[in-house]
Amino acid sequence: MFLTISTTGTPERPATDLGYLLHKHPEKAQAFSTSYGRAHVLYPEADDQRCTAALLLEVDAVALVRRGKGKGRGGAPDSALAQYVNDRPYAASSLLAVALSAVFSSAMRAVCAAKPELPSQPRPLRIEVPALPARGGPELVRRLFEPLGWTVTVEPVALDSEFPEWGDSRYVRLELESTQLTVAEALRHLYVLLPVLDDAKHYWVASDEVDKLLRAGEGWLPGHPEQKLITSRYLSRRWSLTREAMERLELVRLAEADDSEVEDIDNAVEAETETEEKPTPLAVQRREAILEALRAAGAARVLDLGCGQGQLVQALLKDPKFTEIVGVDVSVRALTIASRRLKLDRMGERMASRVQLFQGSLAYTDKRLKGYDAAVLSEVIEHLDLPRLPALEYAVFGAARPRTVLVTTPNVEYNVRWESLPAGHVRHGDHRFEWTRQEFRAWASAVAERHGYDVEFVPVGPDDPEVGPPTQMAVFTLGTAVIRTEKEAKAA
Amino acid sequence: MSETQTRGRVLPVTDLSLVVLVGASGSGKSTFARRHFKPTEVISSDFCRGLVSDDENDQGATKDAFDVLHYIAGKRLAAGRRTVVDATSVQSDSRRQLIDLAKQYDVLPIAIVLDVPEEVCAERNAGRTDRVDMPVRVIKRHIRELRRSVRQLEREGFRKVHVLRGVADIEQATVVTEKRFNDLTHLTGPFDIVGDIHGCAAELESLLGKLGYTDGVHPEGRTAVFVGDLVDRGPDSPGVLRRVMSMVRSGNALCVPGNHENKYGRYLKGRKVQHTHGLAETIEQMESVSDEFRAEVREFIDGLVSHYVLDGGRLVVCHAGLPEKYHGRTSGRVRSHALYGDTTGETDEFGLPVRYPWAEDYRGRAAVVYGHTPVPEATWLNNTICLDTGAVFGGKLTALRWPERELVDVPAERVWYEPTKPLRSEAPGGHDGRPLDLADVHGRRAVETRHQGRVAVREENAAAALEVMSRFAVDPRLLPYLPPTMAPTATSRVEGYLEHPAEAFAQYAGDGVERVVCEEKHMGSRAVALVCRDAETARRRFGVEGPTGSLYTRTGRPFFDDESVTESILDRLRAAVAEAGLWDELDTDWLLLDAELMPWSLKASGLLRSQYAAVGAASGAVFPGALAALEGAAARGVEVADLLARQRERAVHAAAFTDAYRRYCWTTEGLDGVRLAPFQILAVQGRSLAGLPHDEQLALLDRMVEHDSTGLLQTTRRLYVDTGDPESVRAGVDWWLEMTGRGGEGMVVKPLGAVVRSTEGRLVQPGIKCRGREYLRIIYGPEYTRPENLDRLRKRFLNHKRSLAIREYALGLEALDRLAEGEPLWRVHEAVFGVLALESEPVDPRL
Repeated sequence: MFLTISTTGTPERPATDLGYLLHKHPEKAQAFSTSYGRAHVLYPEADDQRCTAALLLEVDAVALVRRGKGKGRGGAPDSALAQYVNDRPYAASSLLAVALSAVFSSAMRAVCAAKPELPSQPRPLRIEVPALPARGGPELVRRLFEPLGWTVTVEPVALDSEFPEWGDSRYVRLELESTQLTVAEALRHLYVLLPVLDDAKHYWVASDEVDKLLRAGEGWLPGHPEQKLITSRYLSRRWSLTREAMERLELVRLAEADDSEVEDIDNAVEAETETEEKPTPLAVQRREAILEALRAAGAARVLDLGCGQGQLVQALLKDPKFTEIVGVDVSVRALTIASRRLKLDRMGERMASRVQLFQGSLAYTDKRLKGYDAAVLSEVIEHLDLPRLPALEYAVFGAARPRTVLVTTPNVEYNVRWESLPAGHVRHGDHRFEWTRQEFRAWASAVAERHGYDVEFVPVGPDDPEVGPPTQMAVFTLGTAVIRTEKEAKAA
Repeated sequence: MSETQTRGRVLPVTDLSLVVLVGASGSGKSTFARRHFKPTEVISSDFCRGLVSDDENDQGATKDAFDVLHYIAGKRLAAGRRTVVDATSVQSDSRRQLIDLAKQYDVLPIAIVLDVPEEVCAERNAGRTDRVDMPVRVIKRHIRELRRSVRQLEREGFRKVHVLRGVADIEQATVVTEKRFNDLTHLTGPFDIVGDIHGCAAELESLLGKLGYTDGVHPEGRTAVFVGDLVDRGPDSPGVLRRVMSMVRSGNALCVPGNHENKYGRYLKGRKVQHTHGLAETIEQMESVSDEFRAEVREFIDGLVSHYVLDGGRLVVCHAGLPEKYHGRTSGRVRSHALYGDTTGETDEFGLPVRYPWAEDYRGRAAVVYGHTPVPEATWLNNTICLDTGAVFGGKLTALRWPERELVDVPAERVWYEPTKPLRSEAPGGHDGRPLDLADVHGRRAVETRHQGRVAVREENAAAALEVMSRFAVDPRLLPYLPPTMAPTATSRVEGYLEHPAEAFAQYAGDGVERVVCEEKHMGSRAVALVCRDAETARRRFGVEGPTGSLYTRTGRPFFDDESVTESILDRLRAAVAEAGLWDELDTDWLLLDAELMPWSLKASGLLRSQYAAVGAASGAVFPGALAALEGAAARGVEVADLLARQRERAVHAAAFTDAYRRYCWTTEGLDGVRLAPFQILAVQGRSLAGLPHDEQLALLDRMVEHDSTGLLQTTRRLYVDTGDPESVRAGVDWWLEMTGRGGEGMVVKPLGAVVRSTEGRLVQPGIKCRGREYLRIIYGPEYTRPENLDRLRKRFLNHKRSLAIREYALGLEALDRLAEGEPLWRVHEAVFGVLALESEPVDPRL
């Protein structure tokens, strides 16, 4: 909510020219209304040698929350903004950027009627932002500002001095210095890069947002080495809007009831895979292994239990041998994304009649899952706490009882081969466990034994002689003896 | 005119039926229908032809027109509305489709035949411009087919057939609406519904005596209703029949048939039946009665109606239970279901048919009272109750008083008949320990609660709860309860305060609650602890292998990822309970505790860092520079005095905010620094303690805390207040001011009697929270105390939160009752899941 712009000068080129450049008189404090509170411009110092302009935005936090008209959390576009406890009144956020452009619009356009020659002249500039939210930390701040000709001093702000173990906050104290830039350039850098670093959003993105970015980025953005990051973060708000619209408020409330962060609970869909996923070779290999096993089993009616975003369902649809494909997931958000991925609403009738998606949970038995040829549990079991695995086992092998069951799960032994994975880490934040080959085999064999299935194991991915394959798959087949007795029981 | 009418035929037509008019084109069906039925009751094939083709005579549209006709008729019949089909219906094939439709919706098909001479039809058609071209041979064919049909209508399945011959007959006929035999909605009782008697005449007499009947008559005019199975197995079926028949005859009782009467009735009619399941005893006992009485019995059984809808539709009585779609319906399968219930087709290990648990699926409005399946105790399940408590097997004979819903029973004098299998110790259809099924929780639901009636759960809330329950919660077997949300006190007008205890005391005084307890609000996270005496108890009572209980949050998540940490907390709790002697005193080997776990930072550290500490960090970083800039400008003579003052105040508020959240944080190492403050024992073996007055509760808990040698447990400070005594109320306010003045979170005011109803009979809030002024900065933001902010924040709406709190409370109480009564897991889980689902309802999260 606060930043200062300073310059130095000489009697010939007085520092107070800053007042002309900003169109704000150094001897007055001026206030401007913006949609989120009042912006003030004032000069703590102003003489020939030194002149500093301060922009202070008084954010009205109550209005910020109450502005929304939606139910419950207020219709604010970002759930964080629906909180009264909110960093917006203090941090140099996108709100400050908007205020900047409103208060200094002429300056940004390099217009100065009184001294038309001034705006195009570079001058010594120093900008201080004491509380800048910076996702990506000091390092990214440097990468963004240094290529533009700024000398960057950036220090992280501690979360709480009484709890040093909590580490640094997401805020930094930023000082920019340069002698080669004009005031207009400096303002345009801030206008774009403050929201980019903040990476949150406070207003609905209008369709002219791209134009605004192009205008403000003119002359510096095209050649910037981080152009891609800047553009995507600046415009990613557009995508986020879709996300917000899809946000499951019910889940948000359950997180709140538990004093948890929303992301703790609403994490069935990984943030980075929200955009079109780049198929990693392992995921592709896994799908191929599953398709092959399903074909070998002669399965036509297939359940994808824990279908997530529907990648496997999509692959199954491509083969007409699979006449009925049911994707089940406990996450409504995942199902929404799956439905969009499959373009269910635009799919031809014949194709659409082969596929169904619905919410279900393997913690419960479910009559709808009975009578299928095969069920796939691909990368599902490791998302369950171990004590709850027996319920899944019963729901699938005891109650639904498809003829074939495929279960894939990571082989933890292989983790040492992932270069990017720190030692001792699981592959995904929500993995409750990862098994060795021996652990998986022991579990699968016991399940098969208890429920009358035969089980075989298939490696997926390169089968390392020492640590095995990255993914392990168990193929369960209902024992022939069991099928016979069940048929007889039915006939009787 | 009136004379001719009285001389005309009177055609009884049942109020819920499918009436099929049969007649050639031009026979006057539409005129007849218009005269005798409501316009909306009649659907004509011509009209449907018009609907699908814009031409009422387009024969090419016939197939589609009849699809529409059947569809509309189906919708009406499903909704319980009489429907008249105005089409020629002269062909048996077209009538068969209508008969099937009637069967599908379990209503009576009735035929009214209009047999009019050919020339009259032809003349009428000639007079209509749209039918002037109809060939005479079509009419001839219609009449030929009609005359052939008339004889076979009853065989086709029409339960009433009225044939009107000639124009005069048709014009003089009148239609009278008849009620269905099972429709006794006009009778309001009160009733005493008696379960399966099976020849236990002595027990019947004792029960009738206990219910207040003298020689079959109740002095207050109550009506007995027998759910059937009067005979077989027991010592004196003739005696039971004599008593019941005389009460029915004199209008003091109603009776529906059981499968045993039905079979005996068939025997009396000379049918071949197996003399099993106690029929032999009845036949033998009936040998000694007079032929006349046997004939009466035969007639009585023959005249029994399979089920009754009583008391304005609020009560349905039948023998074996009835799903809602069959209530008040009349068909073979309704009768069959009423007599025998639904079976799955399987047989159990005793060779008896496995009954389909229809009551588990029941979601109807009407209470269904039935018998048929012997159970040890009569218990309500989804608004249904089975009264067969196995009197003949040495159990008891049970009656239900309606509308009081009180159970009255007498024990069997002895075991009169050895049961084939032991009485099931659960609600009918339930299986102890059967795995939870999605149908128990999924979709839109209504949970029946003892304290607040039906509590509805919306589909989207159930969906969210399903995700959290499946992915994050502890094992449902160890999750027998979730705490309800709590409403804050009404918004205060006191300057500088948003919440103040005066309103809470006033609210309880208004509800007629005189004594309340103020309990210190602990600065931690809500925690529920299920503590078993040992792993064996956990296995036996809760069916889990390994853990000795659970410790979970208000959404059912485990507090600690590491099970061994949970176990060591449970160890400490167990030791304190044992030391205090509570296992024996409460006669239990497990208990369920409602508590607060501290510090808050233990669980909420993510939220603290990302939200609370972040705000503190940002404000701490920004103000020094901003204030310095303003001071600089002021020193230069720029007019910024107001702005500077305001920013200084904001800086003070921000610092106060940081202080406020810091009180909730301290560093813990293992269990060092972790504190648990129990404030209620929710349930123990066989008992819910939710109704135990809070002073007794706290006395028990104080002893636990006293006997804890590990420093884990912390006591809850409290003050008792008399809401009608100004002195006492003032003391309560002062106590709160003192506590919150030192940075305390606030207090919760609860009725001393725990579960309390207001003077008007409403369930009152189980607690009202009054949060401290400084604490509320964490909720409403650092600057909420600024007058302009307070003014806006005072416009908050509490009604939804209060309603939610009561509904969740009722569900929580229900879960505890079900748990205490040893009901199956799915029943407990249903209520617990309901609390979680309601927690996702849209309500201001700051309340």
